[in-house]
Amino acid sequence: MSDSTATVATSGPPPVGPDDSAPEVSGLRRVFRGSVGRNLGLVLALIILIIVGVVTGGERFASVDNTLTILRLGSVIGVVSIGMTFVIIGGGIDLSVGANVALASVWATTLATQTMGKDIHWLVMVACAIIVATCVGLVNGLLIAYGKIAPFIATLAMLAAARGLAEIIADRKTQIITVQGFLDAFGADVFGVPVLVLIFAVVAIIGWILLNRTTFGRRTFAVGGNAEAARLAGIRVKRHTLWLYALLGSTCGVAAVMIMARTTTGSSTHGMLYELDAIAAVVIGGTLLTGGRGTIVGTVIGVLIFTMLNNIFTLNNLSISAQAIAKGVIIVVAVLLQQRIADRSRAVT
Amino acid sequence: MGTHPTEEGATGTPSAPPLLEMSGIVKLFPGVKALDGVDLDVVAGEVHCLLGQNGAGKSTLIKVLSGAHQPDEGTISWDGELVRLHTPTAAMRLGIATIYQELDLVNDLTVAQNISLGHEPATLGFDRRRDERDTAAALLLRLGHPEIATTAVVGNLPAAGKQIVSMARALSRDVKLMIMDEPSAVLDQGEVARLFHVIRDLTANGVAVIYISHRLEEIRAIGDRVTVLKDGRTVATGLPAKTTPTADVIRLMTGRTIEYVFPPRSGHAFTGEPLLEVTGISRAREFEDITFSVHPGEVVGLAGLVGSGRSEILETVYGARRFETGSVTIEGKALHAGSVPSAVSAGVGLCPEERKSQALLLDQTVVNNVTLPSLRRFAVGPFLRRHKEAQAATREIETLDVRPADPQRDARTLSGGNQQKVVLARWLLKGCRVLLLDEPTRGVDVGARSELYALIRELATSGVAVLLVSSEVPEVLGLSDRVLVVRDGRIVHDGPAQEIDESDVLGLVMEGSSR
Repeated sequence: MSDSTATVATSGPPPVGPDDSAPEVSGLRRVFRGSVGRNLGLVLALIILIIVGVVTGGERFASVDNTLTILRLGSVIGVVSIGMTFVIIGGGIDLSVGANVALASVWATTLATQTMGKDIHWLVMVACAIIVATCVGLVNGLLIAYGKIAPFIATLAMLAAARGLAEIIADRKTQIITVQGFLDAFGADVFGVPVLVLIFAVVAIIGWILLNRTTFGRRTFAVGGNAEAARLAGIRVKRHTLWLYALLGSTCGVAAVMIMARTTTGSSTHGMLYELDAIAAVVIGGTLLTGGRGTIVGTVIGVLIFTMLNNIFTLNNLSISAQAIAKGVIIVVAVLLQQRIADRSRAVT
Repeated sequence: MGTHPTEEGATGTPSAPPLLEMSGIVKLFPGVKALDGVDLDVVAGEVHCLLGQNGAGKSTLIKVLSGAHQPDEGTISWDGELVRLHTPTAAMRLGIATIYQELDLVNDLTVAQNISLGHEPATLGFDRRRDERDTAAALLLRLGHPEIATTAVVGNLPAAGKQIVSMARALSRDVKLMIMDEPSAVLDQGEVARLFHVIRDLTANGVAVIYISHRLEEIRAIGDRVTVLKDGRTVATGLPAKTTPTADVIRLMTGRTIEYVFPPRSGHAFTGEPLLEVTGISRAREFEDITFSVHPGEVVGLAGLVGSGRSEILETVYGARRFETGSVTIEGKALHAGSVPSAVSAGVGLCPEERKSQALLLDQTVVNNVTLPSLRRFAVGPFLRRHKEAQAATREIETLDVRPADPQRDARTLSGGNQQKVVLARWLLKGCRVLLLDEPTRGVDVGARSELYALIRELATSGVAVLLVSSEVPEVLGLSDRVLVVRDGRIVHDGPAQEIDESDVLGLVMEGSSR
């Protein structure tokens, strides 16, 4: 069959007919179908933001330190957004991610401060946070897939309940982490790059592989794109939906560990409004809220755009309120652009 | 313009100009002449029945009449004056109301709110709710259904109740012509009787009704005159509904000029162990005690009206619906009731009726669509070998000659026939041994049809058992080795396709008995 190299990604050019122009066309198409081509608009937006940052902030913006600050700040919400990308492509939504992060953080720190004391190994805390958050995701998934509750409602309920549970566990106090192993492990740099940023990178890469190179990812697109067609093709749609929410839960657990490391605390106020930031980043990244279409690369760029915007506003001493307005405008513009793209692809029929 | 000579004996006054007169209506769609010279005249106070096989042009005609489609040629006159129905609103203003099969009511509003929807009585923007309820109650009383509460939520009403509300809504706008598209499809016998009572009441008050149904006994009971369509043309109009012999009606409907090329049958009898065996399956209010079997290499066709239960039977065999009694076995192994994965892993594949909403991922590539149920085969652990996947899918679409033969194209961009081939390729790749086809040629153009027929026969010859559902009687007859006729959820005929002809099937489907 096709003797093209094994690295052919999106289109193995099939050896059909004597069509001379076929390799060229498919080569060009490959570029446009690739992550870069699909996210061209986003990359441009990012570049414009960088230019704005350099012009207004100068040295302070364009330094290595500031770049690392942006990445460090964006990494926590970034990890949640990767999980959110899966759920939204799969046709769902999760409003409970912020509350989930808070619950996981206080559960893990309570374990460290009260139950086991200082002798606790830091890995136990990490495991605790991830297990708690995954279980929250599983409950969401069960309610949505098998309880047939609308995702919006089920996770809205979880948003309230998980935050409340976090407050009870923490007794509304901020718990300071004194486990040195934990602080050492996550406070470190590797070749000058903060561990938090590395975690975000690893989660994004795993997310990309899972979405684009596995049966799980393919089924996610199918379930979100046309649940009935997926069901009639023999895919267990309910079970898949359950796993999607569990996956998002686990990324919330990772995010909880990261926020604990960054603030050296566990608190029931962690992760406030994360659901909005994560959904906004995913939507800006070009993922359709109706499901079936989206990219990890887009989400990563969406997170970077958001974080960089914050950074530029802060460097220029502009208020949080002005930031909020800018965020709102960006979300609207992104969705308007998305609709254009969706309409155009529909017009092809 | 000269009045059309219509036959006497109908109600209404033949001397007055007809309420509606359509002549020479032509409607073109890309590649298809949906209407090719339709004449129809309707007089006030009559029930005019429209008959014709699937694809004869009934639905298009209704859409022209309700302002949804614009005719390319021909004239429509209303009360003797030439009119143009640019929009549905224009038709509504004249007094034409259409009651569709899928009733267009808002389920969460009350009966009164639905009836006045779009022209709510209001003062300074505030609803006059008492007026609204009183008007609704008066209309329901006029329709002989005062028992329907005006404050009831429409979603809680049975199908018959919804239909009455829909009619009340039409009447609230001073309707002169009511078009009813297979109103009895969703009703049981008692409800049909009450509907007829309402229709008689309407016509006594001068309202004209265009009544579409495939059930001859209904047409005899309620109709005054009959118009028969075939191939987008009026082949007979003004036939007396009560007295025209069934044989004549069926003769007019059959023998369509568009003939498709059907591949030759296998020719030998199917003996030995059947591959698919369905024994006594039932589902409440859908079908009852269905028993049949399909042998390897055999094509079995299910003929029947929409609502007869034929599609439901197919979906139940596939596990998309759960059978309540009976059993479905593949090579003697029983399938789990209501489990699609169980059927798929046993080697059953379904090409569903609504290709776009039930089978395809329109925004994804042909490859992704073809390999959807077979992903396991291309996976090492969780990872997809996408190169292998693309190769396999390409092989299948080349076998089926999908055009363009580009496996990376989005499914949305393909024509109907090629989309259907993609769905077939999906099950070919899966290696399925029982293929369930629901309306395989719907939305497929004439040229591609014959190609699909040849493909289906080829698949059968290779040992696949094919179960086919189609609204088009010639298709069922031409393609199948054996024909089952379903009526009201029961199999009323099971025999070789050569021993039955189009009129027999139409007779069975429309009247429940062969001539």
